[in-house]
Amino acid sequence: MNAISRPSSRKVEHAAASPLVEVNNVTLRYKTQEMMITATKGVTFNVNRSDRFILLGPSGCGKSTLLKAVGGYLQPDEGTITINGRKVTQPGADRMMVFQEFDQLLPWKTVLGNVMFPLLNAARLSAREAEEKARQYIDKVGLGRVAEAYPHTLSGGMKQRVAIARGMAMEPDVLLMDEPFAALDALTRRTCQDELLQLWEDTKFTVLFVTHSIGEAIKIGNRILLLSPHPGRVKAEVCDVDKINVSDGSAAKLEAEIHELLFAGEEH
Amino acid sequence: MQPTIIMRPDIPDATGKVDLQVRLSGLELFWSHGAVRKTFILLALAVIWEVYARMLGNPLLFPTLTDTLISLWSSVLNGVLFERTWASLKILVLGYGVGVLLASALTILAINTRLGTDLLETLTATFNPLPAIALLPLALIWFGLGIGSLVFVLVHSVMWAVALNTHSGFRSVSPTIRMVGRNYELKGLRYVFKILVPAAFPTILTGLKIGWAFAWRTLIAAELVFGVSSGQGGLGWYIFENRNILDIPAVFAGLLMVIVIGLVIENLIFKTIERSTIQKWGVQY
Repeated sequence: MNAISRPSSRKVEHAAASPLVEVNNVTLRYKTQEMMITATKGVTFNVNRSDRFILLGPSGCGKSTLLKAVGGYLQPDEGTITINGRKVTQPGADRMMVFQEFDQLLPWKTVLGNVMFPLLNAARLSAREAEEKARQYIDKVGLGRVAEAYPHTLSGGMKQRVAIARGMAMEPDVLLMDEPFAALDALTRRTCQDELLQLWEDTKFTVLFVTHSIGEAIKIGNRILLLSPHPGRVKAEVCDVDKINVSDGSAAKLEAEIHELLFAGEEH
Repeated sequence: MQPTIIMRPDIPDATGKVDLQVRLSGLELFWSHGAVRKTFILLALAVIWEVYARMLGNPLLFPTLTDTLISLWSSVLNGVLFERTWASLKILVLGYGVGVLLASALTILAINTRLGTDLLETLTATFNPLPAIALLPLALIWFGLGIGSLVFVLVHSVMWAVALNTHSGFRSVSPTIRMVGRNYELKGLRYVFKILVPAAFPTILTGLKIGWAFAWRTLIAAELVFGVSSGQGGLGWYIFENRNILDIPAVFAGLLMVIVIGLVIENLIFKTIERSTIQKWGVQY
C-alpha cells in the first residue's frame, strides 16, 4: 500500500536534508482582460534531490501555472518559491524547461545547434566543450544520427527527445517538464516515458513533471502531488510511487484510488 | 481466457515487388522546374512584343525588341548604361542601408518599451501611406539637387515598410520560443538577435523585400524628376534624357535594365537568402 497522505499530515513524511525546491504557501493569480483569476491557492510542497516529482490534476488546477512560477516566469502573489535556498525571481538556466509544444526547438538551429545553444549562451562553455557535451546527451537520447538535421525534419517524439537532451545537457538543478509527452501518439508516448526513466536511472536528475494523466504520473513519478481545480489546491500527496508493481495489480489499484480522490464528490 | 497471437508470414505481392518509387519522365522533370516554365512565358512575351512592334511599324512610339536590344547592347558597349546603373545602385544601397538601420533601431526600441511601441505604431501609421516621391519637392528644398535628397526619399520609402514588418514579426514569435529564450537568461540585445530576429526572420525578410521594391521604384521615379549634378545621373535620368532626344529604343533599353536589376536582386539575392535560411529551417516553403 502506498502512502497517500492528506496535506495536514505531511510533516511526518520525510525528514530529508534541506529540500532542493521549496514551494511555500504559494498563491498565483493572473489577469485576463476583465478579471483576476486565482490559479493556485496556498500550495506547499518540497522537491528533494533526485525526486521525480509529479504535479497531477485535472485542467484548471493550476499545475502548469505552478511549474511556470517555479521556472520564474511569474511571481507568486503570496508565499515563496526557493531553489537551493535561493528565492526564484526570474527564469534561469538552473531550471531548464521542457515544454509540451513541438515549437520549443529553435527551427534555425540543427539538433546539435539546439542542444549547444544554452551551453554556449547560458553556461558559457567554449564551442568545443559545448559540442562535446551536446553530442554526449544527443547520443543518450538515441538521436546521434540526426544531430545535423533541422527540427522540421524530425517527428514529434524526436523533437521532444531533443528538448529533453537540451535540458539535461545543461545539468540543471531541476528539470521542469510541462506535459512533454501530451502531444505525442500513444505508442511514442510510452517509448518516451520508458526512455525518460532510463535516463533517470543513468544520472538521477531531479525532475518536476506536470501531467493530467494518472497513468503517466504513476509510471514516471516517485512522488505525486494531487491538485484540485478552481482554484488549485493540494489535495493529497502520494509517496513511494516507485514501490508499486504493474504486474500484481497495485498500479491499477493506485490509479483507481487517485481517480477516486481527484474526482470525489463530482457527479458524472 | 488468454488471448492468442497468430503470426503471419510476410504478405506476398502479386508481382513480387512494389512500386514504391517511380521515376518521372524527362519531360515531366524538365517542366517541373519553375525556371523553365517562367523562361517559356518570357520567350512568349518577347515574341508578342516583336510581332506587335513590327505590325505597328512606328519606332518612335513602340520600337521592336531587336531595336531595343541593339540599343541596349551599344549602351552597354560604350559603358554609359553601366555607369548610370552603377550610379543608381550606389544611392540605392546607401538609402536602403540607412533605412534598414533606422528601422531596426525603431523596432528594437518598440519591443523594449511601451512608449517605443506607441511611437512606432504612430509613425508608421502616419508615414507609411505617404508615397516617398511626394516628399521629393520638399527634399529638394532641404537638401538641394543631389544625393542627399535621393537618400532622404529612399530612407522614407524603406524605413516604414521594414519597421512595420519587423515589428509584427517580433510580436508573432511564439510564447514558447520566448520562454525558451528567457530560460537561457538571454536579455536585451542578445535576446533580440539570438531569439527574436531568427524566429521572426520570415516576416523580416518579407519586409526587406517590400522595402527593396519600394526603394527601387522610388529611386527611378526620383531620378526621372532630376539628374544628379553634372550629368552623373542614374538609370532614371538615362531614361529621361533619351526621351528628350527621342531615342525611344534607348528609353526601352533603360526600362529593360530597370526590370533586369529588379529581377536579379529578387531572384538571385533574396532567393539565395531564402534558400539558405527560412527554406532550410522549414519555416517557409
